[in-house]
Amino acid sequence: MSRISTEEVARVAGLAHIALTPEEIERFAGELDVITTSVAKVSEVATPDVPATSHPIPLTNVWREDEVGETVDRDEVLAQAPESQDGMFLVPQILGED
Amino acid sequence: MKDILTKSALELADLLAAGTITSVELTQACLDRIEALNPKINAFLHVDREGALATAADVDARRAAGEKLHRLAGVPIALKDNMVVRGMPTTCASKILQGWLPPYDATITVKIRQAGLPIVGKTNMDEFAMGSSTEHSAFGPTLNPWDTARIPGGSGGGSAAAVAAFMVPLALGSDTGGSIRQPGSVTGTVGAKPTYGAVSRYGLVAMASSLDQIGPVTRTVADAAALTELIGGHDPADSTSLNEPVPPLVEAARVVAEKGAIEGLRVGVVKELSGEGYAPDVLTAFNETVEKLRDAGADIVEVSCPSFDYALAAYYLIMPAEVSSNLARFDGIRYGIRVEPTQGPVTAQRVMAATREAGFGDEVKRRIILGTHVLSAGFFDAYYGSAQKVRTLIQRDFARVFENVDVLVSPTAPTTAFKFGDKIDDPMAMYLNDIATIPANLAGVPAMSVPNAVSDEGLPVGFQIIAPAHGDQRMYEVAQLVETLSDDVVSQCPAAQWDEKSAQAGEVQEEK
Repeated sequence: MSRISTEEVARVAGLAHIALTPEEIERFAGELDVITTSVAKVSEVATPDVPATSHPIPLTNVWREDEVGETVDRDEVLAQAPESQDGMFLVPQILGED
Repeated sequence: MKDILTKSALELADLLAAGTITSVELTQACLDRIEALNPKINAFLHVDREGALATAADVDARRAAGEKLHRLAGVPIALKDNMVVRGMPTTCASKILQGWLPPYDATITVKIRQAGLPIVGKTNMDEFAMGSSTEHSAFGPTLNPWDTARIPGGSGGGSAAAVAAFMVPLALGSDTGGSIRQPGSVTGTVGAKPTYGAVSRYGLVAMASSLDQIGPVTRTVADAAALTELIGGHDPADSTSLNEPVPPLVEAARVVAEKGAIEGLRVGVVKELSGEGYAPDVLTAFNETVEKLRDAGADIVEVSCPSFDYALAAYYLIMPAEVSSNLARFDGIRYGIRVEPTQGPVTAQRVMAATREAGFGDEVKRRIILGTHVLSAGFFDAYYGSAQKVRTLIQRDFARVFENVDVLVSPTAPTTAFKFGDKIDDPMAMYLNDIATIPANLAGVPAMSVPNAVSDEGLPVGFQIIAPAHGDQRMYEVAQLVETLSDDVVSQCPAAQWDEKSAQAGEVQEEK
């Protein structure tokens, strides 16, 4: 398994939408490298004959009747948003992003 | 300190039912102690004095009118600050959610409200439940009431410290890799993680959904049983909620407490969780309790779970992967803070990046980035896929050993409470503190920590009991037996000697 470089931390921070400072990128690269090296030992026992388990209990789809129930209050929800307008969340510009 | 604050929740419930005290008196006593001690301990991030007293007064009135109430009605409770209560600030100890007022109640909140327990406030925690020391709170660490120079465990250090310092008899925590049990161990409190799915997670701000469980933090096993009975049960709002009845945990514990033994009990000592890496005083306390169980008639056998050696590694791949997904919701759009970039265009993507940079602390960023890395193309199979295979092996280890024993036991944490700053700059050293608690989360089996001794240094030690999935009742029976066979640890906490007046005068012992 490859090590985590500062370039990889910067790339992943971009994917995760976190605007890290150059100092943070440098620091995290060192720390994450230690962590990933330590956790790489899982490959020692993860042989092809072992099935993967994603969840502690088997998951099945859960259905309910399509009935109107209680919902959260829209005004109360929007009151917690940084900005809202006309009963909707106000979102910064999306079109024209780089 | 008022005498009533030293009593267990069930003792208080009896006094309330008998009319010896009122809920208003009890709640007021808790609030007074919180007000006096919280500046020292920082166990609470928010206190709802008016709301708690209103609930208490309502319960008193209903009881006076002869209404049949829940057994715990009128007993104050605190919630870890990642459980939502409508209209009460919920921050998850993060700047990104500072000031957020949830527009709905968690399922556990609904149950607590219906049962009439005054919610006195929200307790401190590691940010978004990421940490083992409560040093990662954006609002300052919680101090351990046993020694204020030491950590109270994490991430539920606030709930554990609040209970250990007699601020409140009951609290709730959440346990993703040990965040109820490890704080329990280092603060001398009882902490339990129920079987995965036994308690609804609806309204718990998710950290790693396949691992998180809500559970009780108390001073006695019977109190933990009573609180679990209250919050447990099927919830249609949580698709992972088990559709099965809550077992009679209080009654099971009561029977064991009376008998002082469990007929035919088979106990497995996990070799991999009780040897190298564990402090001598922790192992001494553990071995002495195992011998007490043997003397009480239990059949003790050593068992080996070789896959446990890989549990920590698997956990630190699966957990951050789920963290990176769950925390994507904090985008500066729908709730919490919004930070606009200081340079360049103000676009949604750049606002999200600036908000998350300013709002998240180091540990949260570290785990999001690690999780995004292990899930990204080219790394997925090697990291996340392999970790999921280890999960299978751990489940197989549990299944194999539980064919021959009723419960597994180990020390809850490898050391007693360490000092602030000792591990904060070394993430791997911090992560190692959860080495004994993590296997239960990966397999979804119930586990709990019971205080079983006080070390030569005067610090509490915890004893962990792990049961098969759906075996919560047997776990509580063994936990009760351990408590019955152990010294009274809780009352040895220095906080038992702290009174509110000297705390306000700044005379509370700072450190040993």
